[in-house]
Amino acid sequence: MATKAKSNGSNQMTKQLYKQQAAKYQPKRNVLLNSIRAFWVGGSICLLGQAIQNIYINFFGFTEKTASNPTVATLIFLSVLLTGLGVYDNIGQYAGAGSAVPVTGFANSIASAAIEHRSEGFVLGVGGNMFKLAGSVIVFGVVAAFIAGIIKTVWKMIV
Amino acid sequence: MNNRPSDFRVSRQTWHFPNDVRILSTATAVGPKEGEGPLGALFDKVYDDMYAGQDSWENAERQLLEDAVNLALKKANVTGQEIDVFFAGDLLNQNITTNFTAEKVSIPLMGMYGACSTSMLTLANAAAQVNSGYANKALAACSSHNATAERQYRYPTEYGGQKPPSAQWTVTGAGAAVVGTGGSGPRITYATIGKVVDMGIKDPFDMGSAMAPAAASTLQAHFSDTGRSPNDYDLIVTGDLAAVGFPILKDLMKTDGYDMDRVYNDCGLMVYSADQDVFAGGSGCASSAVVTYSYLVDQVKRGQLKKVLVCATGALLSPVSYQQGNSIPCIAHAVAIEGGGS
Repeated sequence: MATKAKSNGSNQMTKQLYKQQAAKYQPKRNVLLNSIRAFWVGGSICLLGQAIQNIYINFFGFTEKTASNPTVATLIFLSVLLTGLGVYDNIGQYAGAGSAVPVTGFANSIASAAIEHRSEGFVLGVGGNMFKLAGSVIVFGVVAAFIAGIIKTVWKMIV
Repeated sequence: MNNRPSDFRVSRQTWHFPNDVRILSTATAVGPKEGEGPLGALFDKVYDDMYAGQDSWENAERQLLEDAVNLALKKANVTGQEIDVFFAGDLLNQNITTNFTAEKVSIPLMGMYGACSTSMLTLANAAAQVNSGYANKALAACSSHNATAERQYRYPTEYGGQKPPSAQWTVTGAGAAVVGTGGSGPRITYATIGKVVDMGIKDPFDMGSAMAPAAASTLQAHFSDTGRSPNDYDLIVTGDLAAVGFPILKDLMKTDGYDMDRVYNDCGLMVYSADQDVFAGGSGCASSAVVTYSYLVDQVKRGQLKKVLVCATGALLSPVSYQQGNSIPCIAHAVAIEGGGS
């Protein structure tokens, strides 16, 4: 059989047209439902944080300011534990930003990378890859804090 | 060999295998989730642990491929020494699963990469070597593992990122087939090698949309080269278009005058049941491999299906290419498997 030009109609279809045609079958993300889930899970994590902080203040003699460090540490510990037990990624799939934005999500990104790269050794594996995902949070967090600090300093000099 | 090489080449894309090329045996090894799926009972080996008794995901994938290869050799009642060439591939950098497995079985290796189309890329090449007489018996195999693929292409397995519903679940498993001549096994009659098609889809969590045009291109080439139509087959499967790519492909084929409705299915939809939380469906080299080398070959052997066309689809992206903003180039390779006659 000859190899002359075939009627590859769909290949001659423009990319733009194809995107429109494919979009009909691409499942839509349920933004409202996802927002509700993110709200209640994220809110619950914050509520838990508040409860832990109150415990540190009422039972361990911390002040409202000094209680924040042990509170964050406790949340990080819980998050890392749930990551290690293989639960946190399931929460993340359900809650989306609700479990990604709080400090527990940050801890999960570090712990999951550390677990993942354990098989490559402690130094180049765990050490070298732990901040693979969290690194950009730290970089842009520091940069944002720096810029905010400059704005604050300049504002004080003017006012 | 009775047939001359001029009978082999149908077109630039399609090869004909007139020299009684047959699948002598097939074997599959899978992980726990695949074992719980609708085809679970048909797989030769099902591990109830994603680690498959190993200490890393990569070693687990290697174990799956070794199991599939060894079981296929055993079922064909041959040793590695009787196999002339080993075509294999996987999804990991430098085809590392394949390379380690090939060292164990000590068969001359031709490692191949076609992303998830590797199953039919290797089978087509094995059939071509046997048909042309360069090999008396050839082995085709491929593997994928959910956790190794996640690490390579996406995020750490325990990272709590949310995936969209168009994402797919990489199948943990491996499939192998011994290809030779004679006997009464399923015949491999045609193979159509795909061209790379890129329709500008950039979302790595929507590979069904990206791959459907590549599958359409290969299927149209196959039908036009062989003079066959979709209804000449009892079943046509694509590798891993899943719930998003499946209807798109049907649409694309219909636009070009091929009605696939009656005969078409997708391995990514067959390997898991709807309640298994796999987003749009299965993906990975093993998606088409474990379905073809278990259910499809079984059905052809029993005469339930007479003519089957497997069109394995691959998204040829790398983590670097999509992070640099490139769209996803895709490919599909089709192999016709037919029963009957000795």
